[in-house]
Amino acid sequence: MSHAGHTHDLERCRELVAQLNDYLDGELPADLCAELEQHLADCPDCRVVLDTLGQTVRILHHLDEAPPPLPPDLEARILASLR
Amino acid sequence: MPGPTIDLSIYADEAALLAALRRHDPDACTCLVKRFAPLVYARALRLTGDPDEAESVLQSTFIKVCDALPSFDGASSLGTWIYRIATNEGLMLLRRRKPQVALDDVADNLQPEEVPHQFHAWSPDPQRVALDSELRAQIEQAIAALPEQLRVVVVLRDVEGLSTEETATQLGISPGAVKVRLHRGRLRLREALAGYLAARSEGHP
Ligand SMILES: [Zn+2]
Repeated sequence: MSHAGHTHDLERCRELVAQLNDYLDGELPADLCAELEQHLADCPDCRVVLDTLGQTVRILHHLDEAPPPLPPDLEARILASLR
Repeated sequence: MPGPTIDLSIYADEAALLAALRRHDPDACTCLVKRFAPLVYARALRLTGDPDEAESVLQSTFIKVCDALPSFDGASSLGTWIYRIATNEGLMLLRRRKPQVALDDVADNLQPEEVPHQFHAWSPDPQRVALDSELRAQIEQAIAALPEQLRVVVVLRDVEGLSTEETATQLGISPGAVKVRLHRGRLRLREALAGYLAARSEGHP
């Protein structure tokens, strides 16, 4: 999972992808955090994946803030059914 | 036949709205629907992926809400209480469906679609904080495209804000399975958004 020119171990990247979620959620054990952070320091691809995964989660957190209004015909049906 | 226009602020607060509902003030019911139905419907649509099913969840939610109003104790806010009923109605509908689950939908390891392929940074976009409608449409579409087993977990955990344990209990699966499915779902959504957001941040539409 990388671009030509990077010398790091692709297998290592794949292994670490599995830990990114626990890292984001603050649930990765300290020793594994240290290993992951060491890898991140050397691996721009994994840094991008971590950053964009975090942005994805933040977007999801905001998704319910402004729901679209009900279609008017649906609202009318619901109101009628409650009468 | 659209109902009469109701000023949402005719009741000073939730307590006033509740009191009006309990004395069967006809405006109160309309007010309740106008205030809470949009999010109930949006969530039901996201969970079921089907407008007819979402409408039936919306309807059964408000019928339950009206029936249970006399015993609503106000321990949580009215909204929290209604949205919890709505989530339960939505999940009940999913359980009643014939399950058509592919094995890789519940796999406990990352599938090929989830291994990252996009490595372009997303530049910070102040508009994204307010979630412009285009990005909203992109993410809703990506959520709808997830296999149901992943979609339900992502929606309950990351959008509706349930904890890992609450999600596990609701779905009758282990907390470990919740975590794996959440990770797989998030990675798929990241990949789906990457094409859109990386291109946009470089100024290419
Ligand atoms: Zn890496």
